[in-house]
Amino acid sequence: MTHELVLSGVNIHRQAERLLSIDAHIGPGEVLTVMGPSGSGKSTLLSYVAGLLDPAFTAAGRVLLDGRDISGLPPEERRIGLMFQDPLLFPHLSVGSNLLFGVGRRVPERRARVRAALAAADLVGFEDRDPATLSGGQKARVALMRVLLSEPHALLLDEPFSKLDTALRSEIRSFVFARARAEGLPSLLVTHDPADAEAAGGPVIQLGD
Amino acid sequence: MLRLAARAVIVALAGPVIAGFLFVLLSACGIAPALGRLGIDGSAFVALTETPALVRSILLSLASGILTPLVALLITILFLAAAHSSRSGDLLRRAVSPFLAVPHAAMAFGLAFLIAPSGLILRALSPWLTGLHEPPDLLIVNDRWGLAMMAGLVVKETPFLLLMSLSALPQVQAGERLAVAQTLGYRPVTAWLKAVAPALYPLIRLPVYAVVAYASSVVDVAMILGPTTPPTLGVAILRWANDPDLERSLVASAGALVQLAVSLSAIAIWWVGEAIVARLAHWWIEGGSRSTGDGALGVLGKVSMASVAGLSVVGLGALALWSVAGYWRFPELLPRDVTLEIWRTGLRNLTQPLENTAAIAALATVLALVGAIGALEHEVRRGVRASRTALTILYLPLLVPAVTFLLGLNVAAALAGIRPGFWPVVAGHVLFVLPYVYLSLSEAYWRHDPRWSAVARTLGARPAGVFWRVRLPMLLTPILAAAAVGVAVSIGQYLPTQVLGAGRVPTITTEAVALASGGDRRYIGVWALLQAVLPAVGFILATALPRLIWRHRRAMRETRR
Repeated sequence: MTHELVLSGVNIHRQAERLLSIDAHIGPGEVLTVMGPSGSGKSTLLSYVAGLLDPAFTAAGRVLLDGRDISGLPPEERRIGLMFQDPLLFPHLSVGSNLLFGVGRRVPERRARVRAALAAADLVGFEDRDPATLSGGQKARVALMRVLLSEPHALLLDEPFSKLDTALRSEIRSFVFARARAEGLPSLLVTHDPADAEAAGGPVIQLGD
Repeated sequence: MLRLAARAVIVALAGPVIAGFLFVLLSACGIAPALGRLGIDGSAFVALTETPALVRSILLSLASGILTPLVALLITILFLAAAHSSRSGDLLRRAVSPFLAVPHAAMAFGLAFLIAPSGLILRALSPWLTGLHEPPDLLIVNDRWGLAMMAGLVVKETPFLLLMSLSALPQVQAGERLAVAQTLGYRPVTAWLKAVAPALYPLIRLPVYAVVAYASSVVDVAMILGPTTPPTLGVAILRWANDPDLERSLVASAGALVQLAVSLSAIAIWWVGEAIVARLAHWWIEGGSRSTGDGALGVLGKVSMASVAGLSVVGLGALALWSVAGYWRFPELLPRDVTLEIWRTGLRNLTQPLENTAAIAALATVLALVGAIGALEHEVRRGVRASRTALTILYLPLLVPAVTFLLGLNVAAALAGIRPGFWPVVAGHVLFVLPYVYLSLSEAYWRHDPRWSAVARTLGARPAGVFWRVRLPMLLTPILAAAAVGVAVSIGQYLPTQVLGAGRVPTITTEAVALASGGDRRYIGVWALLQAVLPAVGFILATALPRLIWRHRRAMRETRR
């Protein structure tokens, strides 16, 4: 299965001030990197695509996912996965329950899927673990598997590697990109680390110049 | 649905206060269908003005409404100025906080047991210092000037203002302000008073006004520590309301209107005082003096706060001592023998009040939690905090003297065919519990990282799912803490229980207060101690439950600030 994400004539304003405007086409398995200093609206762009834009902003334009205009949909119906700097595993749930949170309610064999996802992340038998006891790299992998289990058609990555130490960073980076490529997901990566852009290997857009 | 909940909270708080006021107004003007009177007449006001010593009652209430908050605020401000960084300050802060949960009545009894002519303080000083072998014939408790009453209120309200200030301080960047002032050469206490206090005060203004309103219309503390002939206006009104002669209930309504005027005047006087102090402070701050009796003010702040904490602790100790005292002659410091007899006989009469107390507290707290969480969820989803107006409405039941609108609510309930009893009492408690539950929960609710909701939404959860599966469990600890506050507030309520229950819904608090005039000290000890201990049970549960529930979830056990 392949997917594509199109941003068509997207303009985001804060009151009268224009924050950014962007047109982009991201093909299946492709990573578009958006770079820019803090305050340039990188994260705001991701909030907009995910359907989580703060009411303080106004946006014009369309987001097309597989040709369908999703701009008017609530976030839970957009099929867009989101990853932050922090893994944000729900602290009140076990690792297994965190993954189950991602699996759709009507999906058959939900637990088997969680088991398979843990195996793919090299975390066999981690179902009952407290997320707080995991290492940074393990948390990041669980977070990605949770997003993938929700079967998104596109990925939004909000500086997801910036809080990992250097050795771990390249490992997780290649894990994430490999998975996204394998599932044919178009990805929108926001970062200020040139190494991220290089590893992503896709086009780069510079914001706020 | 949520918008409805938010509106319902506003209506549930403002509605009864306004309706209560209107009905008190009608009944004061002589319109009382229950008595077959439908025409306006001024006889209730005439009867009120003929009350002996009415002016003294009014002045007493007014004085209490100004002096009590003034002293409590001064202690709070000076203490914070002196102790913002020191270790002893941190210790005192932690020592004072639990006393917020102790009901007014229990604290007042504790103080009475200390300062009375045969109280612990005189026993400790006799006969070696005072030469006394008999308790002196002095009216220390229930003194004519209401000094004991005001002292009792100060002991109770200071922890309240302290906690309100502590929760507001992070909002004014106190640390940064202080650092700037100190690098400019200001001594620590002066630096705090000049750079932090002016920013802090606007944030605690509403709680201060609530103290003004409470102290100017106080009933329970006044019945325990206050003067008797004449009593404060609030106590006088309650007596008229309880008079078997129904005509007197109209006088009570007229009195309730006067009470409203007294409390509003107290707030107005306070407001004028604020303006004058602000002007003076302006000169003082611009004057540039780096130290104004810095050391002395610091010592004063710490000593006075330590006295408040000390009086509370020893007062509760005195309650405990009396509840088990056997033969105890003056001036012996401790009873000669100890007995559990009073507890045994006391507990027999305790079942019904204890059940009522627990049931009312539980129901009122659950209702208040539903309202507060509904309103906060509405705010958070819209991304807009409660407006200034909404906050004032939230404080309305605490800013309008309770006796005024509670009497009116009783009239309204009677007209609607609702008889005083258990459910009206529960509804009345919600009025006072809801503001505290909302206030203690709102910071935690707003501090909850919005990214949790973003993650859950993009994983396919609807807003309702986010609430039930993410926000509610993650906020369990602050919700339980808010519930404990609610339970404590409910347990301490005297007036709504007494008025809306028409004296037929006995709780620990109404029973304890009823013992105030001429009750046996040993029984008072038992009842007041129970009253003080019950809220503590709530707080212990609120601390222990999350630790138990999250024993396998490390991140949930760490308190996040």
